[in-house]
Amino acid sequence: MLLIHCPYCGESRSELEFRWAGEAHIARPENIAEISDEAFAEYFFIRDNTKGIAWERWRHIHGCGRFFNTIRDTVSDKFLLSYKAGLPRQPVPGASETVEGDAA
Amino acid sequence: MADLAIRNRPLAGVHGGSATVRLTPADAAHRISLRAGQDAVPALSSALGLSLPTNPKTSSSSGSRMALWLGPDEWLVIDEGEGGLMQAAASSGTVHSATDVSHRNTAILIEGPGTSAALNGGCPLDFSLKAFPVGACARTLFGKIEVVILRTSEESFRLECWRSFSEYAFGLLRDTALDVD
Amino acid sequence: MTSHRIKGAGRLTPARKARFTFDGKIYTALEGDTVASALLANGVHLMGRSFKYHRPRGVLSAGAEEPNALLDVARDSARRQPNVRASVQEVFDGAIIQSQNRWPFLSFDIGGINNLLSPFFAAGFYYKTFMWPREAWAKLYEPIIRRAAGLGVAPKEEDPDHYANRFAHCDVLVAGAGAAGLTAALSAAETGAQVILADERAEVGGALLFDTGTVIDGKPGYDWAQGVLAKLKAMPNVRVLTRTTVFGYYNHNFIGLAERVTDHLPRPDKSLPRERLWQVRAKKVVLATGAIERHMVFANNDRPGIMLASAARMYLNHYGVAVGSKVGVYTAHDSAYEAAFDLKRAGIDVVSIVDCRAKPSEALLAAARNLGIEVLSGYSVVNTSGRLRISSMTVARNGSTNHRKIPVDALLMSGGWTPSVHLFSQSRGKLKFDVENQRFLPNVYAENCVSVGACNGTDDIGALLAEAASAGGCSLSLSGESAYGWTGGMIGAAEGAGPDTAVKAFVDFQHDVTAKDIRLAVREGMHSIEHIKRFTTNGMASDQGKLSNMHGLAIAAEMLGKDIPQVGLTTFRAPYTPVTYGTLIAHSRGDLFDPARKTPLHTELVAAGAEFEDVGNWKRAWYFPRRGEDMHAAVNRECRTAREVAGIFDASTLGKIEVVGPDAAKFLNLMYTNAWDNLKPGKCRYGIMTREDGFIYDDGVVGRLAEDRFHVTTTTGGAPRVLHHMEDYLQTEFPDLKVWLTSTTEQWAVIAVQGPKAREIIEPLVEGLDLSNEAFPHMSVAECTVMGVPARLFRVSFTGEIGFEVNVPADYGASVWKAIWERGEALGACLYGTETMHVLRAEKGYIIVGQDTDGTVTPDDAGYGWAVSKKKTDFVGIRGLKRPDLIRSGRKQLVGLLTQDLTEVLEEGGQIVADPNEPKPMTMLGHVTSAYWSENLGRSIAIALVADGRARMGQTVYIPMKDKTIAATVTDMVFFDKEGGRIHG
Repeated sequence: MLLIHCPYCGESRSELEFRWAGEAHIARPENIAEISDEAFAEYFFIRDNTKGIAWERWRHIHGCGRFFNTIRDTVSDKFLLSYKAGLPRQPVPGASETVEGDAA
Repeated sequence: MADLAIRNRPLAGVHGGSATVRLTPADAAHRISLRAGQDAVPALSSALGLSLPTNPKTSSSSGSRMALWLGPDEWLVIDEGEGGLMQAAASSGTVHSATDVSHRNTAILIEGPGTSAALNGGCPLDFSLKAFPVGACARTLFGKIEVVILRTSEESFRLECWRSFSEYAFGLLRDTALDVD
Repeated sequence: MTSHRIKGAGRLTPARKARFTFDGKIYTALEGDTVASALLANGVHLMGRSFKYHRPRGVLSAGAEEPNALLDVARDSARRQPNVRASVQEVFDGAIIQSQNRWPFLSFDIGGINNLLSPFFAAGFYYKTFMWPREAWAKLYEPIIRRAAGLGVAPKEEDPDHYANRFAHCDVLVAGAGAAGLTAALSAAETGAQVILADERAEVGGALLFDTGTVIDGKPGYDWAQGVLAKLKAMPNVRVLTRTTVFGYYNHNFIGLAERVTDHLPRPDKSLPRERLWQVRAKKVVLATGAIERHMVFANNDRPGIMLASAARMYLNHYGVAVGSKVGVYTAHDSAYEAAFDLKRAGIDVVSIVDCRAKPSEALLAAARNLGIEVLSGYSVVNTSGRLRISSMTVARNGSTNHRKIPVDALLMSGGWTPSVHLFSQSRGKLKFDVENQRFLPNVYAENCVSVGACNGTDDIGALLAEAASAGGCSLSLSGESAYGWTGGMIGAAEGAGPDTAVKAFVDFQHDVTAKDIRLAVREGMHSIEHIKRFTTNGMASDQGKLSNMHGLAIAAEMLGKDIPQVGLTTFRAPYTPVTYGTLIAHSRGDLFDPARKTPLHTELVAAGAEFEDVGNWKRAWYFPRRGEDMHAAVNRECRTAREVAGIFDASTLGKIEVVGPDAAKFLNLMYTNAWDNLKPGKCRYGIMTREDGFIYDDGVVGRLAEDRFHVTTTTGGAPRVLHHMEDYLQTEFPDLKVWLTSTTEQWAVIAVQGPKAREIIEPLVEGLDLSNEAFPHMSVAECTVMGVPARLFRVSFTGEIGFEVNVPADYGASVWKAIWERGEALGACLYGTETMHVLRAEKGYIIVGQDTDGTVTPDDAGYGWAVSKKKTDFVGIRGLKRPDLIRSGRKQLVGLLTQDLTEVLEEGGQIVADPNEPKPMTMLGHVTSAYWSENLGRSIAIALVADGRARMGQTVYIPMKDKTIAATVTDMVFFDKEGGRIHG
């Protein structure tokens, strides 16, 4: 059972309290009514389903109720970072760029 | 003029526990689910007469009222006295949401040296005093239901759950209270 | 009966006896005995029959790895557990123990014929033999094979015991309480850390329980261990769990432990759980799981009386039991010598140590000489004899064909030690192969975890203690000494069981896999260890190959001509040893299996005689039968009465969400297809929610209480999912909107009063509100007072009749219900349940999301195109609804169906075709989604999804059933009161 760091509660809690919510950083198009079929398919249906480093959404549904983002290695199940919803896609900790946000 | 409605409390007449855990259905209380941004906290605090906690897992209390941090913009405010929570919140002049949940929730009081162990029979939280001191609170799971747990003293907790889950919560507590050190 | 207990040996108290039966015969044991030690003390070696060949088997080990001695252990007929390892289960007074997998007797088993037929039962036999004819597998072969094979029989009665669960947190969890585990735990505890120390045995000490040659801190190992235990138990930051198996190592240091609380007690206190599941989150895990001695793979190495050398030592030194009177030893490792020495010193005749190595260590040879034990180095045991117990071993010099038969009644063997890396592997750690010692050892860790002692390949006691102390975080300085340093070991088939023989040299005892089977698998083309495992079932029994994996791997590698690391290990999976379902289920049984949600009106519904149905976790009133009524009659009466007079219905389970804030209407505009800006406070509107793909997700009535406050209702089952969906958009797509969502489902008891007399029934109970059609027309909402309590009153209808939904705070629900029913009953109304609710709504063509829709239905498909705002520039689903497939012609649409035979009620799910005579496969137009008998119309009615349905009005379609084909006419969905006048009163 995973131990997941909630950036709003400031601590790690049991996976039991969380719900996975799919790939992160897929913004709903502002002009959604106008976009092409291809753009809509890309937005709504197509997901990377990465093996390895993945940016994901989780919701602390049985805790503070907040949605947030994580970087998780889907092979090792290690969380590399948890950060609040609304922040831009964060770099992978330990990669060359400096990391901002809450460490998992 | 029709007869006045009579109140029927969930868990009425139910009791249980063990040598080290006493279980008591809490008395009826007034409750609101309070939602607001950080900017509204000072005015809401003074309107409610207590300081709304802004740190995760903390609560505050004043007189018959207590406020439990549930999320960054969410509090469960409980008044075991005269009530008036909706009116108080409305008088704050802030943008917020206050919703009466007095009857949605009910509470079970859990007291005695075996309480942490009894809660850990169904709840994955760490109830050591270091991780969950007196006054700490959290929304979490107990068995298969969602609950809010508040530590009211070293050896006592208040467990809030939705009305229809209270029989399950009490039943599971009755079971886990028998299995404490 | 001769006792095989040796005076002065062992640690059990002779005065404390326990009586038990084995296959009906009464035996005496000592408290603290395992079933195995007790039977051995009584001279019983034959404990079971093997899985496939029904060969007689005795106990092989003295621990959790036991593959042979699997017994049925009972307290009474309900408290009975099959497949219990005799080497683990402690004897308790009154235990009823039975052998398994034999008929009629353990000593004479008809199934033993399989042994004679064994040439036909080679690996892959089942796959090859029962392939043809295909149909025969499920009907014939499998049932017969299943009956013949399999070990224990599950009890039929309900388990009367209870089980417990406990979540726990600690700084350091130590798995295993041998020398390494105890040291690590003590070291960690002295730093002040919260420590949990768990060991599967009843007593701590691990190998120190049998290894009397080790001295720690100047004390005999066992005494030192008990001293450390006392110290740990006195520390408030330590929890010692004995009889507790660390069975699973899961993500992020989440560890599963199974504690056996009462299985060893003769008369357990009823308040105690039988077993307790511990779900531990540890900051750090110390694995001190030790090593397991391997057997030797040679011909007929499975007779009762043949066992691991360390097991014989355990039975002697801990339990005081002699496993034989004339004992042979066959070894590839030094440790077996110490077993021979201990037995000899206890006065047992040790006839020979057969060591397959050419040059055993001088120290051991000298010690053997001093004790008068013959050592045959460079020799092997090439066969054994004896029917129900070994009677002799046949030895030969390696490479020679001169055989010598030596009479023995026990044979101890040691192929060396396999580090127990199971938990480490479960944690996703990576192993490396230690070529010199032919073993896999922990290499790359995936979690905050450290392995110490024998499971880490650290055999020297001094090094082990230092390593363990350091893992705990404290520098304890402990001295340790062993009698002899241990070297040696082999994996794979021994002399005489090599490539060219067809003898039965068992690799996996529990699954009856021989060296020959593994070689056959390779010859038949299995080159991956995973394929070899599945073809032979080596390592797939409940012991998970604790003894067999390394041997199987070595034999396969030899056949493949590859190095062992190239062939690789199969994956270790949790649980380490079998865990009972009771433990895993723990509290979740009976009433606690799942919450049964009852509405605030439940007791009133029960008093009124309701039959209930489960809707999700809710108990909902289904119908209210009166004396002599069946369901059909009750529902017909309820349907009629509701339309003629009035019906009263518990709608409390309806999902309710309070949407509050200045941007509430704006938010609802985005979440529903309808527009909400123009809904005035005091009014309601039926809303449809689609997902982004344009399909209907939920529906419900939304009432506006104030500019900034909406009372949203959802379907009963949809409440949590809709709130989650709304929160998702609010938090992540529209976070700037000033609006908040609160579930109020359980705040309100909801009493629906529907029918011509609805107003008359509730009017006297409502204060501060004019209920006339003019003042409070259909689709109105108001806050008012009902019987003195603040209420929300909705003028809404799910029946097509004039209707009200009275919302009162839940605790007042029962009281208000009672008052409403008192008035209703006097006026001739009825109570109705969910079944009548379904019929009445279907008569009006109101859909139920999830019944008439299935996640592929658009609002237009459902005939609710009017609910999709044409003016809004955005809402969830606006783009999805424009997808080519959603606007094409020929989509399935909801329509009404009227059977041509009025009395024929269609089956929900029935497929619809245009031409009943079309050859199969027929063109299916759609299916029936709802079908009922309508008492009010005196005929059956149905709703169906039909391709191009609205263009087929008046056409005849067919529903082919198993025994007939039903003709029906396509109509619109409103069957009753098509003009819709009744709803307005």
